Amino acid sequence: MSEVTAVGYIRHRAGFWRRAMRHPGFLIGGAISLLVLLMAALALVWTPYPVTVLNIAEKLSAASIAHPLGTDHFGRDILSMLMVGAGNSVAVGLVAVGLGIGVGGPLGLLAAMRPGLISEAVMRASDLAFAFPALLTAVMITAIYGPGTMNSVIAIGIFNIPVFARLTRGVSLSVWKMEYVTAARAVGVPPLQIALRYMLPNIASPLIVQATIQFALAILAEAGLSYLGLGTQPPQPSWGKMLHEAQTMLYFAPMLAILPGAAIAVTVLGLNLLGDGLRDLLDPKLRGTAKPPKT
Amino acid sequence: MLEFVVRRLTTLAATLAVAALIVFLVMEVLPGDPAEVMLGLNAQPDTLAALRAQMGLDRPAPERFVSWVLAFLSGDLGISYTYDVPVSELIGERMVVTLPLALMAILFSTLIALPSGVLSAMFRGRPADTIIMGIAQLGVAVPNFWFAILLILLFAVTLGWTSAGGFPGFEDGILPALGALLLPAIALALPQAAILARVTRSSVIDVLGEDYIRTARAKGLPGGTVLWRHAVRNALAAPLTIMGLQFSFLLAGTVIIENVFYLPGLGRLIFQAIAQRDLIVVKDIVVLLVAIVITVNFIVDILYAWADPRLRNGGGNV
Repeated sequence: MSEVTAVGYIRHRAGFWRRAMRHPGFLIGGAISLLVLLMAALALVWTPYPVTVLNIAEKLSAASIAHPLGTDHFGRDILSMLMVGAGNSVAVGLVAVGLGIGVGGPLGLLAAMRPGLISEAVMRASDLAFAFPALLTAVMITAIYGPGTMNSVIAIGIFNIPVFARLTRGVSLSVWKMEYVTAARAVGVPPLQIALRYMLPNIASPLIVQATIQFALAILAEAGLSYLGLGTQPPQPSWGKMLHEAQTMLYFAPMLAILPGAAIAVTVLGLNLLGDGLRDLLDPKLRGTAKPPKT
Repeated sequence: MLEFVVRRLTTLAATLAVAALIVFLVMEVLPGDPAEVMLGLNAQPDTLAALRAQMGLDRPAPERFVSWVLAFLSGDLGISYTYDVPVSELIGERMVVTLPLALMAILFSTLIALPSGVLSAMFRGRPADTIIMGIAQLGVAVPNFWFAILLILLFAVTLGWTSAGGFPGFEDGILPALGALLLPAIALALPQAAILARVTRSSVIDVLGEDYIRTARAKGLPGGTVLWRHAVRNALAAPLTIMGLQFSFLLAGTVIIENVFYLPGLGRLIFQAIAQRDLIVVKDIVVLLVAIVITVNFIVDILYAWADPRLRNGGGNV
């Protein structure tokens, strides 16, 4: 990297963070997302109480110092269950979005770099996949292979593939026609190297923004599937499953239904705010629409 | 326009055929022996043989696929293994609940979203805009089944105004039946309305910046006329497209919401069919729902091309 390029890169990065620190949506969304990630990471090594051990003597206890959010009908600590549920949601989101980007991204790049039959085939396959909402795909898979976290993740991930294939193709088409890509092709740089070295860094921003949105949608979809009993199975807690169990106890323990739902809503809200913020900050066309910094 | 419709009709038919093939492969070919999947490992050999005969599993897969598609097109969806009645009859009974529910949800979503989106665009950057868009942001984040539970908590548990679920049927009158669908429809409509309001706002703002709006204002037309007659009318294409795309999410949403409110609709039927491993019912409902989604998207495509002639030559096919 030459000195001039390095200085420009550092200025660009510094500019991003300066603008980011003045974007309330990005800051709130980033803070919520970070908190959920930390909670999920912590749950991997520590929770206040084990979530698979029942303690009937303490069932449905109110919030206290020992149990800050109370206990459920089996005496399990709600805070611990929410922490493990966060881990579950983050894992599902990561795998589902990873599957979408991992398969959809290369397909979209291929479609942009090979116009004609391949491009048409990828796009029509995407159209077809859009006809199978994640829930219907999950219904088919669980009907055959039974319910479970893995099957629900696959169903949600499959739905993400056409989303990322279409987006990647759309943004890659314009980059593919850029002069520096044409020059690289002219001097015989292999297509894979062009895709990885010249195109990927230039299409990363919209993919990152979309990834946060799909991450939020994956959490919502997994919660829905677990609510129906098609996703995460007991004794492993999940936010959706907690909601399902709480519904029969609405009359005497409404908080059991309020807390996991609020956890889903706040997490999704945080991811959406982060996504919107990233879009504002990374899209050059939208930069001018942000509020001018106070001087 | 006719050429465009024919081209799209061909794509529609091909997409429907491939979608049916995918459902058939996943449900009937991949499991190996679907009869064994349905009955479990401890099934009696004669019961297994009877089910295999009922499902026609002794015939080759391509032949089964073709006869299934032809029977499906003629309205013969086979006999449910669990209920022992024609699947078409089951679907018909359940549609009486799901169809009004989906229509009410679309109606509520539109009634909430379009005025909110327009209002937000009119007051762009002012407190009204911030409040409406803040609520929309929340609406997108709140899972509809949690919102449904909160509605039950408020209106059934706390206030006691309504029952926590169930459906009285249309035999006791239309009003009690529609009343039972009110909360479920509101719960289904919320996320759709939130997304639609955001799209409407952005679309109206785009149109308000067009030259012809400036011209209309310059020639002295009243603000209301400019907004409703020129801006909103031309800004409706994007929300209409989104409404079409939302339909698939709405159908998927009914599966969950019908379970929250214990409504005997199509969504609950598919859920019960999974629990009972009635693959005949699951396969037929999945393909029916997929066909509905594809057809609705086709209709939206046609409407969109009718409204915007530039798209007829494939301009929108990106």
